[in-house]
Amino acid sequence: MSAMATSAVRAPARINKQAITRELILRRIFQYTILSALAFLIIGPITVAVLGGLKTTGEIFAEPFGLPEVARWENYGSILVSELFWRQLGNSLLIVGGTTLGTVFFSSLLAFVFARLDFPGRDVLFNYFTLGLLFPLTVAFLPVFIQVRNLGLIDNHLGIILPLVAFGIPGSTLILRGFFRAIPAELEDASYIDGCGTLGFFWYVLLPLARPALGAIVVLQTIVSWNEYFLPLLILTDDSKWPLPLGIMQFQGQYGTDWGRVMAFVSILMIPAVLFYIFTQKYIVTGLTGGELKG
Amino acid sequence: MSSIAGQRFRVLPPQRPAGRNRPRTTREQLLTIGLFVIPGAIIYTLFLIWPIFQAGYFSLYKWNGLGAPTDFRGLENYLQAFNHDVFQQAITHSLIITVLSLVVQLPLALILSVTIGRKLPGRMIFRSIFFLPYVFSEVITAIIWGFVYHQNGMFNTIFGTIIPGYEPITWLADRNLALYAVFAVITWKYFGLHMILYMASLQQVSSEIEEAARIDGASEWQVLRYITFPMMAPTIRLTIYLSVLGSLNQFVLIWVLTAGGPANATHVLATYMYRFGIKSFNLGYGSAIAVIIFAVCLIFSIGYQRTIMHRDYAGAVE
Repeated sequence: MSAMATSAVRAPARINKQAITRELILRRIFQYTILSALAFLIIGPITVAVLGGLKTTGEIFAEPFGLPEVARWENYGSILVSELFWRQLGNSLLIVGGTTLGTVFFSSLLAFVFARLDFPGRDVLFNYFTLGLLFPLTVAFLPVFIQVRNLGLIDNHLGIILPLVAFGIPGSTLILRGFFRAIPAELEDASYIDGCGTLGFFWYVLLPLARPALGAIVVLQTIVSWNEYFLPLLILTDDSKWPLPLGIMQFQGQYGTDWGRVMAFVSILMIPAVLFYIFTQKYIVTGLTGGELKG
Repeated sequence: MSSIAGQRFRVLPPQRPAGRNRPRTTREQLLTIGLFVIPGAIIYTLFLIWPIFQAGYFSLYKWNGLGAPTDFRGLENYLQAFNHDVFQQAITHSLIITVLSLVVQLPLALILSVTIGRKLPGRMIFRSIFFLPYVFSEVITAIIWGFVYHQNGMFNTIFGTIIPGYEPITWLADRNLALYAVFAVITWKYFGLHMILYMASLQQVSSEIEEAARIDGASEWQVLRYITFPMMAPTIRLTIYLSVLGSLNQFVLIWVLTAGGPANATHVLATYMYRFGIKSFNLGYGSAIAVIIFAVCLIFSIGYQRTIMHRDYAGAVE
């Protein structure tokens, strides 16, 4: 819309900047120095962990950033061949799948009602559903644990999935409601003319149009449930049902001094997280910023 | 935005005949509302709202979690908590982390967002790197940093190489240092989130106004101080809110790194609740701590939204 105006105003500024290239170069050098130093603080520990997975404990402590004399792939290998690891991966995937599906299902239904239907008491009900934003799971785990136990869901993956869904509902409903509301009423009218009912409009028009928001919810809930550590710790006493975050703590308890193997396990969990992040960054950013920032 | 506006003029039928076809019958509408709301409402109430109310009830009992609570003690659990020196320290530590987040983490994120800005070459790479730790689990983050802070770990090795005569520091075992070492890890993991929010906000700031100010002779700092930052104010107020709540709710990272130690030097509200509520089989007491944490969050949220975020409410959060 304002592309013309922008270029018209920017043009003289650009000429100014070219005239003071030296200042610009100095500023860029300064900026890149600071940014690179900070980037090193982020990447450094991650690199050390990934490299560490290929080393002996002695090598890790002597030269955290050095390459190993002989790459010890067996650190990775011994984890990847263990049946325990794959079972924990399966448990983690079950929890992630259940949580994301449940959250998307329930919150899209709720968001539809709050965004497109009008009925007395709607705002009160909506406020009731956003109340949960004030109580993050990280501090509500004790009451939740008592409730899960009262419902007899100890040692059951549902005892983790259902609370994660419940705590995902407020934020997801809020994001989706925003997207659903932005879809013009004329589209709704048009879909009714074409013979859609309420359900048809929801399924064929709203959901496809809200795909960025749905993607954001799936991605954010995947991260949350994949990383969840405390709820499983409290609820799963049977370690054959444990997901990976519990698995790695157990592993560290066993091999605490063998840092090479611990780092290998850390890397095995970190590498998929990084890949997932690279491919879904767009959705994460949409979810966190409500769609304001474009990749 | 403009495409939706364009559609509006093309699609709009002259007499809106659709009005008649809309399902207006209250019975059908009620059925839809019921079918759509009830399933979510049950799960949400059962696993979020109800436990929180229940905590208020359990907090009045001395209860080890077995059977139904019978030993009614009134407000004894609350009094006991406020008189426990470790709980007082935990409150102080939570406040220290909150204040540090506000004065270190947010300014860092803000400065980075304007440094990377809108047109720095390579901005996407830096943005991705700085946000990366946000996707790692607290457990992994804590294990990696356990090595970084280790007696012979990454920091001591680096400093030992650079600084002659350097004595290794036991970062997490030193009572005076541990809390700040933990805070550094929290910053490492979460400043990228705030930076992403600031960068989103920065995109909304009109660069025409900034350019106009520059042409009028404003220095870079003046442009930031009087134009960019004020225009980002709604987001800044939102991140202050998120940061305070996030700090009060720190838990897993601290528990895995230090478990509240050494000698309770890093206990915060939630680690205290776990240690003295669940691990000591004192669920009535733990519930009282949970209620206190909820009350703190609730009072802060309501107060902050009523006073400071009030004017942004329509746009930012709603």
